[in-house]
Formats: sequence, C-alpha cells, structure tokens
Amino acid sequence: MSKSEAIAILDQTILRRAAIDAVKKLAPQKLVRNPVMFVTGVVAALVTLIYVRDAITGQEGLAFTGQIAAWLWFTVLFANFAEAVAEGRGKAQADALRRTRSDTMAKLMLHADDSRDDPWEPREAYDLKEGDVVLVEAGDTIPADGEVIEGIASINESAITGESAPVIRESGGDRSAVTGGTVVLSDWIKVRVTAAPGSSFLDRMIALVEGAERQKTPNELALSTLLSGMTLILLITVVTLWGIAGYSGTVLSVTVLVALLVTLIPTTIGGLLSAIGIAGMDRLIRFNVVATSGRAVEAAGDVDTLLLDKTGTITFGNRLATAFVPVPGRSERDVAEAAHLASLADETPEGRSIVALARGSYGVGTEIHAPTAVIPFSAQTRLSGIDIDGRSLRKGAVDAVLAGVGLATDRTPAVFREAVLAISKTGGTPLAVADGKDLVGVIHLKDVVKPDVKARFAALRQMSIKTVMVTGDNPVTAAAIASEAGVDDYIAEATPQDKLAYIKSEQAKGRLIAMCGDGTNDAPALAQADVGVAMQTGTQAAREAGNMVDLDSDPTKLIEITEIGKQLLMTRGSLTTFSIANDVAKYFAIIPALFVATYPELDALNIMGLASPESAILSAVIFNALIIIALIPLALKGVSYRPSGASALLRRNLLIYGLGGLVVPFIGIKLVDLAVSALGLA
Amino acid sequence: MTFQGWLEIALVLSAVLAAAWPLGNYMARVFAGDQTLLSPVLAPVERAIYAAAGIRRDREQTWVGYTLAMLALNAAGFLLLYAMMRVQGGLPLNPQGFSGLTPDLAYNTAVSFVSNTNWQSYGGETTMSHLTQMTGLAVQNFLSAATGIALAIAVTRAFARSGAREIGNFWVDVTRATLYVLLPLSILLAIAFVATGMPQTLAPNFEAATLEGAKQTIAVGPVASQEAIKQLGTNGGGFFNANAAHPFENPSAWSNVLSIWSMLLISTAMTFTFGRMVGDRRQGFALLAVMWLLLIAGTAIVYASEMAGNPLLAAAGVDPSQGNMEGKEIRFGQALTALYVAATTGLSCGAVNAMHDSLTPLGGLVPLFMIQLGEILPGGVGSGLYGMIVMAVLAVFVAGLMVGRTPEYLGKKIEAREMKFAVLAILILPLFILGFTAVAATLPAALSSLANAGPHGLTEILYAYSSAAGNNGSAFAGLNANTPWFNTTLGLAMMFGRFAYVVPVMAMAGAIAAKTKAGASSGTFPTHGSLFIGLLVGVILILGGLQYFPALALGPVVEHVLMLAGKTL
Repeated sequence: MSKSEAIAILDQTILRRAAIDAVKKLAPQKLVRNPVMFVTGVVAALVTLIYVRDAITGQEGLAFTGQIAAWLWFTVLFANFAEAVAEGRGKAQADALRRTRSDTMAKLMLHADDSRDDPWEPREAYDLKEGDVVLVEAGDTIPADGEVIEGIASINESAITGESAPVIRESGGDRSAVTGGTVVLSDWIKVRVTAAPGSSFLDRMIALVEGAERQKTPNELALSTLLSGMTLILLITVVTLWGIAGYSGTVLSVTVLVALLVTLIPTTIGGLLSAIGIAGMDRLIRFNVVATSGRAVEAAGDVDTLLLDKTGTITFGNRLATAFVPVPGRSERDVAEAAHLASLADETPEGRSIVALARGSYGVGTEIHAPTAVIPFSAQTRLSGIDIDGRSLRKGAVDAVLAGVGLATDRTPAVFREAVLAISKTGGTPLAVADGKDLVGVIHLKDVVKPDVKARFAALRQMSIKTVMVTGDNPVTAAAIASEAGVDDYIAEATPQDKLAYIKSEQAKGRLIAMCGDGTNDAPALAQADVGVAMQTGTQAAREAGNMVDLDSDPTKLIEITEIGKQLLMTRGSLTTFSIANDVAKYFAIIPALFVATYPELDALNIMGLASPESAILSAVIFNALIIIALIPLALKGVSYRPSGASALLRRNLLIYGLGGLVVPFIGIKLVDLAVSALGLA
Repeated sequence: MTFQGWLEIALVLSAVLAAAWPLGNYMARVFAGDQTLLSPVLAPVERAIYAAAGIRRDREQTWVGYTLAMLALNAAGFLLLYAMMRVQGGLPLNPQGFSGLTPDLAYNTAVSFVSNTNWQSYGGETTMSHLTQMTGLAVQNFLSAATGIALAIAVTRAFARSGAREIGNFWVDVTRATLYVLLPLSILLAIAFVATGMPQTLAPNFEAATLEGAKQTIAVGPVASQEAIKQLGTNGGGFFNANAAHPFENPSAWSNVLSIWSMLLISTAMTFTFGRMVGDRRQGFALLAVMWLLLIAGTAIVYASEMAGNPLLAAAGVDPSQGNMEGKEIRFGQALTALYVAATTGLSCGAVNAMHDSLTPLGGLVPLFMIQLGEILPGGVGSGLYGMIVMAVLAVFVAGLMVGRTPEYLGKKIEAREMKFAVLAILILPLFILGFTAVAATLPAALSSLANAGPHGLTEILYAYSSAAGNNGSAFAGLNANTPWFNTTLGLAMMFGRFAYVVPVMAMAGAIAAKTKAGASSGTFPTHGSLFIGLLVGVILILGGLQYFPALALGPVVEHVLMLAGKTL
C-alpha cells in the first residue's frame, strides 16, 4: 500500500472530530437510516424518560435505571462514533483534494480551432462549460476534465494519484484524457472540456471519499433487512415476555425489558455495518483505486473470472531476444555478433534487446568501425541492417530476410527451418540473420512473462478465480504464453468485440467478470463487465465506462481489488455471526436475573455466577456497548484474508467468530460484573 | 435407555430411509411429468381430470399465479368443510345422529384441516359423522398434504431453474401429488393397518357389557383408511379423541411402528426428490442430515428424561426401572414412544400415542421446542422441505458472507429481495405463538380453560399456540380448547401459520427462479458436507432459542428445576 498510508487508522484529529460527529448523528433523521440503532435510540429515550419520572416521583432503584439509560445512549454513541471514524479518514483526504481544486483560472480560447498564439480570455474554472476549449501551458493547472485536442505535454498528476513522476498526455490515441487539478510541467496543450464543473473526476472523487453520495450497497441492504427482521423478532420476544411473565406473577419493569431487548438485537453488527462499508471503500482509495460505486466493490469480491490483457499485465510490454540459434558451420557467437551489428540501427525495444543480449551474454565488443551504410528498422521493410567492413549484415522478419538474400524457404538449411518452426510453436518470434547471401542463424524473440505473475495466478486459482488472457497474438503464441504464465484460459486474436462477446457469454452462465482496460475500444467491454477498472492513463471514454479507476494504472491491481471486495464481505459476515452468537451468553446473564425472584431455582441458569440480578443486567448492557468500541479497529481494517478455498475460509471464520462469539461474552460479562460489583454500581 | 430401545429406533428409521429413497426418486419423476411405474394405470385418470377441469397441463404459472391457485383451492376447501360440519345433522352416513357444529368449532376445525394442522378441539367419535370424517376431513387430509408437496416442488423448481418466470402449474402438481403419491400409498397402508387390527367399517358404534355388568359404548368406523392418510400426510387428526393412543387407532406395537414409519416417509423422501431435482443429490442429503440429527437428538432427550422419571415418584415407591409411564401405553414402550413424540412434533404431524401433558418437563420441552423450531425436523409433507430451505437460505446468508462472496444457495445469489421474504416468513411463527400466548397468559377468560396451575399451565398455553401456528395439531392436553376464545385464536394462528408463511416463501421462490444459476466452484460456499450441516443445525437452534428461550425458561425449564428440587410432580 502506498501514499496515503499517512492517515493512520486511529489518527488523533480524526478521533476528536469523530467524537463530535457521533453526537451530531443522534439526530433522529440520521439515526433512522440504521434500524437497529434507531430502535436502540428510541428505547434509550424511553428509559431516560422513566428515569426522569422516577426521579421526580422518588422511586427506588433510580441509580440502576440511570445507569441503564446512560449505557444505552453510549451504545448508540459508540455506533455513531464507529461510523464517524470511518468517514473521518475519507474527509481528511477530501480536504486535501479540495485544496487542489480551488481557484484555478482557465485560459478560454475564443474559437475551438484557434492556434496557440491567438488571444484567449481568462475565465474562472467554475464557469467553464462542457465543450469549451482551453489552453493550458507549462505551470498552469488544468482547470477541468477534458480531452487533449492539440499538442503534447508532460503533466504532474500527483494531486490525483499521489505519484510525482510526470506522465505524457497528447492528442489522439489512448493518452488524450486529462484531469482537472493536475499541473502541466512542460509544453502546452489545447483541451476540450468534457465535464461540467461539479461533476468532474476530482469532484466525484471528493464526494466518494467523503461518503457524501454513499448509498447502501446491495449486500449491505440485504444484511440490513436481516438485521431489521431479527430486531423485529426479538422485539416480539421481549414484548410478549411481559405478558408471559405476568402469568407467574412476575412484573417486569420497562427498564429491564429494554435492557434485554438491546442486548439481544444485533447492535454489534448493526452499529458497525456502515463503518465496514465506508472502510472498504477507503481501503480501495488508499490503494489508489477509486470506485464510482460501492456496488462495484462488493461485486469485486464475487468475481469469478478475470480478463487480463497480455501485454503489460502478464508479459512485459515488448518481446525480448532470449537466444541465438546458429546454422551449421556457424557458432552462437557468430550469430550474436552479426545480430548485434545488424541491430545497432534498430531503435525498437526488440532491437535494443538483441544488442543487450549480445553484449551481456556473449560479450560482443562495443567498438565499431565506421559503417558504410546503415539501414534502420522500418515497419515496411521489417528488417534492419548495416554495411560494414565489406560485410552486408541484415536481420529481420524471416520472410523479409530470405527475400533479401534471394533464398526460397525450402532451400534453407534444415536446422534453420526447424529452429524457426520451434520458436513459432512456443509462441516466440523468430528473426533471421543474414551475412551477405549466407544465413547465419535465428534470433529467438519472445514475450517474457513477468516474474511474479505465475504465483499471483496460483493465488487467484486458490480463490477460485479463473484468469483469462486476452491477446491479439495468434493461437499458437497465445497458448504458449498462457501455459508459461499459468492462466486458465486465453482468447487469441482478440478483437474488442471478442472481449465483449466473451464477457456476455460468461455472464449468461451466472459468472461475474472483472477486466481492466484503457483504450476507447475497451469501453464497451468495461461497461459490460461487472467490475471494469479503467486506467487513469486511459481515454476519457474508458474512464467513463468503467466503475473503478486505477490511479496507478497498474492492471495487476485487479487482484488486490478482488481481495478488498472479499475482505469487505467477510468482515460483515464475521461480525454478524459474532453478534448473533453473543446472544446466547446474554440470555444466560439476563433470564435468571429477571425471574430469580419468582423462581429462586432458576439461579441454576446463572452459570456465570453473576453477583446480583441488577449487576447481571447492567453487565450485559455494558458489555454490549463496549464490544462495539472494541471491534471498531477490526471493522475498519477488515478481517484478515488469505487466499484459500471457501471451505477453509469458512471453517476458520466460523471457529474464530462463531465459536469466539459464543465464548467471549461469557468471559466479558463476567469481567464487567466483577468490576460493577467491585465498584458497587449495582 | 436400553440397547434394545435404541435398536428399535434404529430399525424404524432404517426402514424409513430404505423406503424413502425409491419414493423420493419416484416423486422426482412424477413431478417432472416423466413416465413412472404407475403411469399406465394413472395417466388416463390424470388426463381425464385435466380434461374435466379444463387444465392445460403444459401451461405453467409464475409464483403469483401458482400462489393464487393454491389459495383459491384452500379457500374453497375451507368453505365446503365449514358448511358440511355446520349442517352434518341433516346429511347421510350419520349413524350416531351427531348434530351440526357450533360456528367457532366449525371454523376452527375447517382451518385446522385445510392448514394441515389437524388441531382437534373436539372428540372425533363423539362429534363427527362418518360422512364428515370421510368426505370432509379425509379429503382435506389429502388436499392439504398435496398442497404442501406441490409448494415444496415449486420452491425446488425455483432453485433448479435458471432465469425462469414460471415455477410449475399448481393444479397439475396437486393432482399428481394426490394421484401418484398419496392415494396409492394410502391404499396400501390402510390395508396394512387393517391387518394390524384397526377397524374399517361404516357400522355404527355398538355396546358391550363389561365384566362388572356395566354397559360400554365401543366406537368404530372407517378408522384404517382415515389413519393411513392421517399419518402419510402428516395431518395427525385422529379418528378418536385419544388419537394414536387409542387401541383401535393404534392397536399393537406393529401398528405403532407402521405409524411412525408412514408419518416420516414422505417428508424424508422429499429431501431426496429435492436433491434429484436440483441436480445435486448431496444437497438433499445435507438437508436430511440436519433434519434427522435434530430429530434423533430430540428423541434421545425425550427417551432419557422419560426413563429418568420423576424423583418424587421414585421416592414414593414407584418402580423407577420403567421410567415415567404416566400417560404412556405399555404396548409401545418407552423407546418407540420417545421416537413417536419427537417425530410427530419434528414433523408437523401431531398424531400422539402418549399424553404429552404427562411427559417429564424436559420430555415435554422437546416436542414443544421442535414445533417452535418451525416444523422442519423433518417437517410436514412439503412444508418441512420449504421451511428448511428458508432456514438454509438464512444460514447461507449469515455465514456465506464469511467466505468473501455474495451468499449463494444452489447457485442462486441471496440478495435483499430474497432476504426480505425469508425474514417475513420467519416473523410469522413467533408473532402468533408468543403474541397469543402472552395475551392468553394474562386473560382470565383464557386462563379458566387451564387444568393445571403453575409453570405447567403456561406450558399448556404455549404448546397450544405453538402447535396451531406450527400447523402441528398435537395437543399437550390439560387445556380445554373448545371455547370461543381458543377456537378463534387458535384458528387464526393455524391460518396465518400456514398461509402467511407460504406467501412470502413463494415470493422468495419467484425471485430465486428468475436468477441465473451460477455453476459451483471451489470458491462457492459449500452447502453439503459436515461443515454446512453443523452450521445449519447451529443457526436453527440459535434462531429458535433466541425467540423462545424466555418463554421456555418460564414453562418447562423452571418446571424441570422445580422437579429436581423435589417441589413438583
């Protein structure tokens, strides 16, 4: 993780601000968004009223009622506090982002096709409209999101990405999108504004990190439904208990019934639910990924299939020379020397990799006589070469070189033909090397798979996520790289339409697909995918189509995004299980306390040996409130996640949060009871 | 507990499994409309029924259509039965000349038989004419069971299908359930029951002179045929007031074994049908394992606590080796009585071969709690399966999140909509059980019906409402339920317990059916195997315990500790 790690989980200023916000969130219209806490708030108010009434009429047991009321309010406050802390971290980031946005002055061009030297008029960034064309020169801040329509510039995007290395933006192609708030370092560009003020990328990002637009995500909604349902069921249980207890002549006070209700309803998960969601989004943002919806973050946890572009994700961007194969009568070193000389004028990465391999592995010397002619590589000739010391050396595509030396393929040495075939079969690219009219050998160029991807794909397989490599290569090449990288499947000779079709067919089988892309032609697939991660360096169209933007433009991040999504769901599930399992101990604390006066024999259920009925009830309520505070760090950090199969995960989490949830409150309530009775509170 | 006792239990349960497996597979074929063994005989009958009723076999219904059809059939059944009972005095086949029923009793009984509860506020042999028994009550025994089976099949289809709007045709399902499953089995079972000594006659009651010279009326009637569907359809409404403890309704140890076997048969087989229809038999095995684990645990607790008996009685000189025999029949023995008690309440059958009122406090807590857990262990025919599916959906949702994915059950994502309906369904039982109990427990008009004071009286009220809302129908007894208050409120509990539960379940099924079914992977939450079985058991127990622990603590639990303290009989 990077950059904004500086905002620690429990930063002092955030805590202070959160404490104040926790009180503000007591407002009923805010509390009602969370049914469990709303119920808690209502009954807390009820017990407070009873306390006031009893205080006025001089009833007994005032201290008990007062303490219950206080702890009920603390329960709500602690839940509000958890949410406020989670939001606080986003707010701190939003403040930083907002500072970059303020008071930018734009240079508005009067006509879209004006040249750089034509006059412009100054205009507040806020007043720019979609379609306006502005000039941005070295040192200027780009006033709004837009597309470069003319020029090229290096730009510092650290305001958005936190990355200070400049990036190049130019008109045309896939690097034409610029973001408001970033700074042009050199040269100039003409930018057509594509987002109205207030809806720019930066604006949306601020809104997102602040949580202002936060809506409940689908799974959060489903979980809230369950929690509300459980609250209702327990409300029935508690309300009817009044009548059922009345049968045996036990009169239960509203205070103890409320205490029973609040300890039983799932306040722990209810109090932490929104904090978990906010923290999940926040974790992504600290990972430099901006999700435009919480739905996408959840979907990331469900992803079944990852579509990965080969180039740049699985392999290094370019093919590299890895071996020289000589024809009979020549040595590897001969091939290396010839290839080295022939590639000196080849400025492509492939050419440079040949030079590097010859020098590095074969010790080919660097002092060169003056050449008589240099043939630079071109896409038309598909070869490069050099005429030097009376030799005429060429290297390039096999058919191009053979045509150059006037050899038919079937007249070439068998070794040569076999080498060419073998290299092609394994997904490599063979290049022929010729010296005059003689073939010298073959250069093996291949896509080099990044060193760590195989392990990452293995981890994904453990998470049961299928990896699919997408490449424009022919099927033979694709298969070879696929097997080397350890992906599960590949799409060869892929067009953007193929990608889209593949996504649709997988989705029809009920699978969720994640992909990343940067080009305009990726946009339909990005929009179709359940999780579409657009690269920050990509085009505006791609960024609009995806539901996440990776500010670091690192395609391998899909893996971490998936993990964050899973962690979010796991945290919810674990705390729900914990919360429900807690109820068992609370029953054993409260039920004997309620009825021991009527049936002294029921003390047999008081297996914790709590000091007195009042102390038992109070201890359960206090434990119930404190557990929320105790679990805030877990809710914010998320439960730990290791890639493994569902069964192993379930077993582990059931053990920790299910069994733990059964056991912990027995110990916790007993400890609180010891403290309560030692302090003489009840 | 004795080894022989457990051997008896094991043998009966094995016999259930042995018959349920082929029956389950047979039902899967029946509801898929495939050719079966009985098709040559029954297919023409089936076609004739559809032709007469104007049913298009190939026209399937959405969940709304299916549910409305189900409600229409049951409403019609209710009205017919109500009318018949009101006017039975003027109808034929009434050798004892019984008069029509009071409105509240007729309402209560009609709801009771339509909802597969078979709660009986009356004594059968002193209230119902043969016509009412055979064409009223018995018909509803068939239809309510067939309704349950049809609903369970529809819910199963929802999980089996992908992206579907329709979940079957109710009329076809209910016809097939009756024709291919319930009728043939009932005929065979009735003959077997006659062989064990059950009467099957239309003759009136006769009088016998006892040894002391007194006259005794011996009630008879078409008992065996009534008994067959009563057990098979988990109805439980007895021909006689004493139900399966009556010597004509359950004459011997053999008829007792056959009764237990037949009431467990279809509900057990449904889990196999389920596994087969969703294309993964292990899914059915897992649900069955959960049902039977809890059923056997319940049996063990009843068996153990009845054998332990009451220390006060032992102190008074009663031979403790037989355990608590009060209210039990010597011909059945402790082991098979314990199994009967657990099975009839784990199922929503409600037939009884012992007085549940006379069980020890813990022995009485088990049947009560098994009803409150939602009649899913293994539950009524059909209703047990869809009830268990709701619990599985809840369990998958809570724990499924812990594997880091949106929870899925059988390849269907469980989201807000499904959750809403599942939660609505599970709200019904506590609302009616606890709500009415709380009111009755403080209402003098209701309390006057009680035979016992103290915690036992509370248990009697709690049991009555649990039995009604859970559509069980067994009575704890000790409570005079034939009063306007109880007839009305119990009737409401039965009606809502059945139909207010089913409608959200069907809505959930509709939402599930429409979802695309995703294939399983190693990242999918596994819903078979011991981990899931353990989880589902835990969820059922905790969820049930949360709702009923306080009430149970004040009833059987406190009674138990009082008994141990030597303070109560």
